[in-house]
Amino acid sequence: MTEQMSMVGALNAALRAELEADEKVVLSGLDIGELGGVFRVTDRLAKDFGTHRVITSPLGEAGIVGSAVGMALAGYRPVVEIQFDGFVFPAMNQLVTQLAKYRHRSDGRLSLPVVVRIPVGGGIGAVEHHSESPEAYFAHTPGLRVLCPSTPAEAYALLRAAIRSQDPVVFLEPKKSYWAKGEVDTAAGAADPVELDRARVVRPGRHLTIATYGALVPTALKAAAGLATDGTDGPGGPGGPGGGIEAEVIDLRTLAPLDHVTVVESVRRTGRLVVAHEASQSGGIGAELAARVQADAFYDLEAPVQRVTGHDTPYPPSRLEHDWLPNLDRLLDACDVALAF
Amino acid sequence: MSRSRTATHADAARPTDRLLSCLDTTGHLHTEPELPAGVAPLDLKQALLQMTLARRLDTEAVALQRQGELGLWPSLLGQEAAQVGAASALGVRDVVFPTYREHAVAGCRGIDPVDLLGLFRGTTMGGWDPAATGVQLYTLVIGAHTLHGVGYAMGVVRDGDVGHGDPERDRAVIVFLGDGALSEGETNEAFVWAAAMDLPVVFFCQNNQWAISAPFSTQSRVPAAQRAAGFGFPGVRVDGNDVIACHAVTAKAVARAHAGGGPTLIEAVTYRRNPHTTSDDDGRYRHAAENDHWTALDPISRLRSHLEGLGALDDEWLEELAAAERTLGARVRRGCRELPPPPPDQPFLHTLTAMTPELARQREAHLAFVAGADGIDGADRSEERS
Repeated sequence: MTEQMSMVGALNAALRAELEADEKVVLSGLDIGELGGVFRVTDRLAKDFGTHRVITSPLGEAGIVGSAVGMALAGYRPVVEIQFDGFVFPAMNQLVTQLAKYRHRSDGRLSLPVVVRIPVGGGIGAVEHHSESPEAYFAHTPGLRVLCPSTPAEAYALLRAAIRSQDPVVFLEPKKSYWAKGEVDTAAGAADPVELDRARVVRPGRHLTIATYGALVPTALKAAAGLATDGTDGPGGPGGPGGGIEAEVIDLRTLAPLDHVTVVESVRRTGRLVVAHEASQSGGIGAELAARVQADAFYDLEAPVQRVTGHDTPYPPSRLEHDWLPNLDRLLDACDVALAF
Repeated sequence: MSRSRTATHADAARPTDRLLSCLDTTGHLHTEPELPAGVAPLDLKQALLQMTLARRLDTEAVALQRQGELGLWPSLLGQEAAQVGAASALGVRDVVFPTYREHAVAGCRGIDPVDLLGLFRGTTMGGWDPAATGVQLYTLVIGAHTLHGVGYAMGVVRDGDVGHGDPERDRAVIVFLGDGALSEGETNEAFVWAAAMDLPVVFFCQNNQWAISAPFSTQSRVPAAQRAAGFGFPGVRVDGNDVIACHAVTAKAVARAHAGGGPTLIEAVTYRRNPHTTSDDDGRYRHAAENDHWTALDPISRLRSHLEGLGALDDEWLEELAAAERTLGARVRRGCRELPPPPPDQPFLHTLTAMTPELARQREAHLAFVAGADGIDGADRSEERS
């Protein structure tokens, strides 16, 4: 059944579906019970499934993730919530040294099917530590899967697949997209697990590839629409800057393992790549993609890979975030640079 | 020289500071009102066997490290009573979350001593099957596993495996930690979780007085057992070199956990007589006299004296013990050298459930490199490239 819902609603529906499907699924985190989480992603779940399955935990991020490791060892499938991106760091030890390593340490005998949900990203006028983009830390850690949905439908399908995965998953939920509505097919059931390794071409094109994820996917689609229609009298004509440009937009959605193959295949056709993310530039997902593309599609490249990212600074006060974050203008500027080569 | 505050008179005045003990340093058994005899019977000859074999394993492993066969070994010398006392109080369905020094616990749970060496020889990152042994893998990050024990206990509660009064059904978790782990935030979170959720966890702290070079006074200004009161569950101090007392307090705490009574913190006051690991130089931070003091409190000779006093150790049994030691020693020395080296692509196989195309590519390249590098030493390769 397809229905309109927000990403928050889609995540709630996914959690509800998995709680119903598997009694070993247990939710835990700050304020997720009666309150339904600060973003209401777990709204009414404690009421409907009981507080023994939807646990309002003590305050302590290491405890939330560390106890999930133990619950998974005891045969459960914990889905835990970190309240905000900037608060995940007390749990980094558990994520990096414990959760990510257990399968390897046990020679594959043990699986830790844990999902750690984290609201991420800026653009909502929040105070400090409420707008961070920590994905590269997790993507750099072998043994973790890192996912970031961009639409309610993606959020629903990816979260269900994440809960069913035997691997630990860091599930990043772009706050800015929480309230955007979209069609969700709740009858589709859990996504095929293979989806956890696949990027998604959301708009085909032949002149330029824009690869991004999360809250920037709609921005990239706007940029592609703009490039297609904004004037046809640009200096390059079709295929050059300023008009008639068919940009291909790729939603990466799986940041680890990163589906660079889909991006490389795209760049082989378009010859140009712009990568966009809110996280700071150095050592980020964009750097990884740029390296992969130059290694695998060097002779197909018509221009250097362009990156549109947050800057290598702390996240700014929210009054500055509008210009600090990649936005439509910065994305279009980068596309123009790539197209001008 | 720093000394543990646990030994001061001021602390001794506090009720939770009283060190429970049954067996004195000469091997004489005395009455401990809080641990009445017969409540938690312990097979003393079996305990002596386990402690002796653990010490032999430890001695062999230190020697193997000196011979270059192990990269590192964390010795348990002096902590045999605490570990055997605790482990012998567990039911088969209880689950152990160890640090990296619980060699005697592993022995009591039937883990092959050779399997314990793999982590330190570099042939594995684990070494045994936690599901089959009820012993989770060693944890090198201090305190991280305290939370895993808590989470596992949450699972036990959700399984409905507490409070039945049926030893075949009730389960508990025992988490071993050292005094250094008391300073970790994660340990304190584990205490909060366990208390708030009345979890069936026994936190067994072997206060061996030293966290590498930091004395116990650096970790805590009060005895470890006192910490428990602040979290809202019982703490108990026990003579960690007295296997009978360690067994009794653990049995009591496990029974409480089984019954749904919640967590207990046990502080077993003992001493690490060897350096922290074979890489440590304890002569830089403590005096030999301190070691001498604790050597006089040796847990094995204490129990042995007691059993000899009872006339329980005849020559035949002692010869069996000596033979078991010799067999273990030979087996450990041979088994260590025969531990199979892992295949070069072992990490690739177990990073994620399924190998991704990129990981498969990296694996193939790595295997090709390893195969090509075979038989060519580094010098030859650098000449080739120069």
